[in-house]
Amino acid sequence: MNSVADIAAGEAEHLVTSASMRRKTKRHPSVIPGFGITLGLTLTWLALIVLIPIGGLFLKIADLRFGEFWSIVTSRRVLHALEISFGLSLGAAAINLVFGMLIVWALVRYEFPGRRVFDAIIDIPFALPTAVAGIALTTLFAENGWLGGLLAPFGIKVAYTPLGILMALIFIGLPFVVRTVQPVLIDLEAELEEAAATLGANRWQIFTRVIVPIIGPALLTGFALAFARAVGEYGSVIFIAGNLPNVSEIAPLLIVIRLEEFKYADASAIAVVMLLASFGLLLAINRLQRWSEVRAGRL
Amino acid sequence: MRWLIVGAAVAFLTVFLALPLVAVFQQAFVRGIGPYLGALMHPDALAAIRLTLLVAAISVILNLLFGLIAAWAIAKFEFRGKGVLITLIDLPFSISPVISGLMFVLLFGAQGFFGRFLQAHDIKVIFALPGIVLATILVTFPFVARELIPLMQEQGNQEEEAAISLGASGLQTFFRVTLPNVKWALLYGVLLCNARAMGEFGAVSVVSGHIRGETNTMPLHIEILYNEYQFMASFTVASVLALLALVTLIAKVTLERYDQSE
Repeated sequence: MNSVADIAAGEAEHLVTSASMRRKTKRHPSVIPGFGITLGLTLTWLALIVLIPIGGLFLKIADLRFGEFWSIVTSRRVLHALEISFGLSLGAAAINLVFGMLIVWALVRYEFPGRRVFDAIIDIPFALPTAVAGIALTTLFAENGWLGGLLAPFGIKVAYTPLGILMALIFIGLPFVVRTVQPVLIDLEAELEEAAATLGANRWQIFTRVIVPIIGPALLTGFALAFARAVGEYGSVIFIAGNLPNVSEIAPLLIVIRLEEFKYADASAIAVVMLLASFGLLLAINRLQRWSEVRAGRL
Repeated sequence: MRWLIVGAAVAFLTVFLALPLVAVFQQAFVRGIGPYLGALMHPDALAAIRLTLLVAAISVILNLLFGLIAAWAIAKFEFRGKGVLITLIDLPFSISPVISGLMFVLLFGAQGFFGRFLQAHDIKVIFALPGIVLATILVTFPFVARELIPLMQEQGNQEEEAAISLGASGLQTFFRVTLPNVKWALLYGVLLCNARAMGEFGAVSVVSGHIRGETNTMPLHIEILYNEYQFMASFTVASVLALLALVTLIAKVTLERYDQSE
């Protein structure tokens, strides 16, 4: 009896799966209307707002001979601006990686007064306009400011130096690391760590051998997101940077300066270099996110 | 160990996130409430606030419509190249705001591809409202769509298919079934989109031309006042945007709680 029912159930299941497989091979299996019009509108709007403007930028570059393009992007001032933007963004993302991990750990694993408030303010850099953050950070880190005043006796100047740029980039990048790693650590089951502990692992071993391998992809994703955001950042940086050519001038500012001088080709050449770097980063981030999901999903 | 980690985390968050917000309000009210209101009621400040509200309203509504339409196409149907389409929708997040502005100058500026045509027909895009709106739409392009797409994909098609098979039209299904299912995510996306639209600086700065009382949005007005050493007035306008940020954060926490309770 039982086995007959099993066979019947199995056969029914087989029929259902093969039917659904057959259905999948058809293009539009759905009874839901509106595919053509919604996809058409999506593609049209995407083309108008995003793709045509990007195309225009590359078309502008096509006007240049390669030698001209090369001499623009390898001039001393441009190279230095790119170095400042990419170098300090890397530094800020690295600092955010360490402190972001620490903050996630404190928020997820410990109970302390004001924990929910601190959790909520993580998103301030997402919500606070960059120009507002820029003038606030400059005021704080100026020599007569709350924080700058504390550092001045030690001879540390932050505002109007590359160190100030670093502070602004740390500010805008922090939530990317925290918000990427936080859900993964929340899902991480304490049993794994308990098992490691009963097998004689000490705290450091548990952290490096159990926890880091699991949250590693998320950490890297957060790092890459913070880095990508920092490279293109403008508003929060220009107030605190000092903006001295070859010292504290970021690449986006140099684009603005070239635009104001009506040197459109120069501005476009710098923009294309930065855009290609960003697209490369975006691809890397996509890969990382998929890896991160696979890792988290397997556990 | 525990208190060391909590202490370091709290110190870092206080210095980098809480203090800047506190500093904005402290600097805005440094001379008291009277001068604060005076700076807020200045005609140029009011013009900046009006322009910012207008730009944000247009951009948010258009991106809201786009987000719903794109999410419907992507979440409800299977088609080739879907992954590429999602990546393209996310693309504006990885473009520097300055470059977003530059791209529209190259298209619509006096020397741009459509520059001569626009001049011949006396249409102003760059250094005028349309340019500011375009730049803002590009910068906030992904916000609504990326909140909706994963949620609608997760929810699947069964409820919509049931509604259709019971005789509901496509639009009825959308308004009575799909929309109620995604309302919190939609509201959250709109909230983020609006915060970014009102606060956008780099992209708008490139296309606006900084004409006081005409093409100055609030963030641009903050910059001008700050560069003229009118710090109190600058922080006064900044405090309005900081308040918007606080409201956004509180609304976010509230929405998340609603979402979990349902």
